[in-house]
Amino acid sequence: MIAGISFERRALRHPSFAIGSALILLLLATAVVSLIWTPWPPGELDIPHKLALPSAAHLFGTDSLGRDVASLIMAGARNSILVGVIAVAIGLVIGTAVGTLAAAAKGWVEEVAMRLSDFTFAFPAILSAIMLTALFGPGIVNSIIAIGIFNIPVFARVTRASANSVWTREFILAARVAGKNRLQITLEHVLPNILPVIIVQATIQFATAILAEAALSYLGLGTQPPQPSWGRMLNEAQTLMFQAPRLAIYPGIAIALSVLGLNLVGDGLRDLLDPRLARQR
Amino acid sequence: MSLFLLRRTVVFAATLAGASVVIFLVLDILPGNAALTILGPDAPSDAVAALSHKLGLDQPALARYFAWIFGLLSGDLGVSYAYDTPVAELILGGLSVSLPLAVMAMALTALIALSLGIFAALRHNSVLDTGVMGMSQIGIAIPNFWFAILLILLFAVRLHWFAAGGFPGWGEGALTALRALILPAVALAVVQAAILARVTRSSIIEVMREDFVRTARAKGLTRRAALWRHVLRNAMIPVVTIMGLQFANLIAGTVVIENVFYLPGLGRLIFQAINNRDLIVVRDCVMLLAALVVAVNFAIDLVYVTIDPRLKVQAP
Repeated sequence: MIAGISFERRALRHPSFAIGSALILLLLATAVVSLIWTPWPPGELDIPHKLALPSAAHLFGTDSLGRDVASLIMAGARNSILVGVIAVAIGLVIGTAVGTLAAAAKGWVEEVAMRLSDFTFAFPAILSAIMLTALFGPGIVNSIIAIGIFNIPVFARVTRASANSVWTREFILAARVAGKNRLQITLEHVLPNILPVIIVQATIQFATAILAEAALSYLGLGTQPPQPSWGRMLNEAQTLMFQAPRLAIYPGIAIALSVLGLNLVGDGLRDLLDPRLARQR
Repeated sequence: MSLFLLRRTVVFAATLAGASVVIFLVLDILPGNAALTILGPDAPSDAVAALSHKLGLDQPALARYFAWIFGLLSGDLGVSYAYDTPVAELILGGLSVSLPLAVMAMALTALIALSLGIFAALRHNSVLDTGVMGMSQIGIAIPNFWFAILLILLFAVRLHWFAAGGFPGWGEGALTALRALILPAVALAVVQAAILARVTRSSIIEVMREDFVRTARAKGLTRRAALWRHVLRNAMIPVVTIMGLQFANLIAGTVVIENVFYLPGLGRLIFQAINNRDLIVVRDCVMLLAALVVAVNFAIDLVYVTIDPRLKVQAP
């Protein structure tokens, strides 16, 4: 930590971190508020007022079934956050375990773990997700699992690389001389030291998960009706492109702003948590 | 060189074999009886038994695996259950759309990303650099299928310059066919270029700080001459890595974009085969894509050595 200036002060002065945090706060606030209040009930049909233009009653207008688009966007935020949090958690927990194990065990364990993750990594994520949902059926749970599985090798690679560099440090040698075993050293010394890297990666993977969920739902493989989802709203909007092109605008902006916010925070955190990494970039 | 090539080829073949085992396990063993999957859970048992026999599912797993592999090697990919057409024919049809689309998108990606990356790197820390990087952040955040929809809204719905989707086929003449691929290629390229531009920029900035660049400048080369003669060649390694990954992803990952534009490519073939529960087509397509991804990575390894001969010695 740079002496004299607190972390909070530095964070607020970091432009991409500040802008990104504002966007994420907006996303979180939207999701939380949607739990207790939306302008209209998100799924409520009102066929007589279908495809209404934006007005005071319907801020973003209504869709082909007369549902209030603003309410659907608000409820969709909940869905994106849910998918992102669980998918990242799956990847983070398993991937970090594999990565730190590989770094601690070395030898053939490391080799096998890394070749396996190379293979999963080389395989296009969307294809694995489509394959999994094809085998086990479409739906939000299966798409979360599919996105989570793709996250595993990402975390495994990142944690192994950072853990390996921690293992060469002198305090690890000291811990080994003190009689600690590999598991103790991993938990007490390696993990705390690679935590910043894991946090940064988690933010970026959160953004990727939101994009992946949107794509899967757009294809009809992710979130199923009546659960609101930004990706599926885009799918429905595409069939009405000639009558109501504006319907294709709002969900896309919602996705892009959320992803932008997370990526900016990820970049900002990388600079703030680990000045060494920032310089290497 | 020959030892290096041999080592890489062995790894290449081993990865392919590993991939085929994983794909066979996931798509053949895991779903249980494929005939039941194809016909649905309510199918009468004699129909399931008949289809099982027709598909060779009554053979032991190991025999099925080797029958599949020998089929692949001899070009006999089996017959699609849903279309009653040889799978090889379906795949060739899909590739005739997906491959040109991927090549167009990659060329466009490289053009945009390299020019923006070099432009920003040469103006490091200036307003223009910040502007380009800000734009690229937005580019990364935009889902490519949404960007595709926006392109359709502007160029097809409003301006009527292009069709909103569909593919006329190569029989209608190369220009007509290529025209149908322009919007999809742009949609794929812009988002990818945003990532590649960032990689290009940071790689060039890093290399510019190296001692040999200072030496080159000290012996009287201009900044521009040093860039073309010394920096670019050294900065290209990470750029080529990302380009390779992106190209592999393009071949396989166009599923969503092909759906937006209703293009009869490989991605859409897989997507429809999955919906039709046509597991034979899915298995062959996925194997082909995995092979392409591995082959692209193999090719990148060879490109590295051409760019930087030192790697030949260091390679594990």
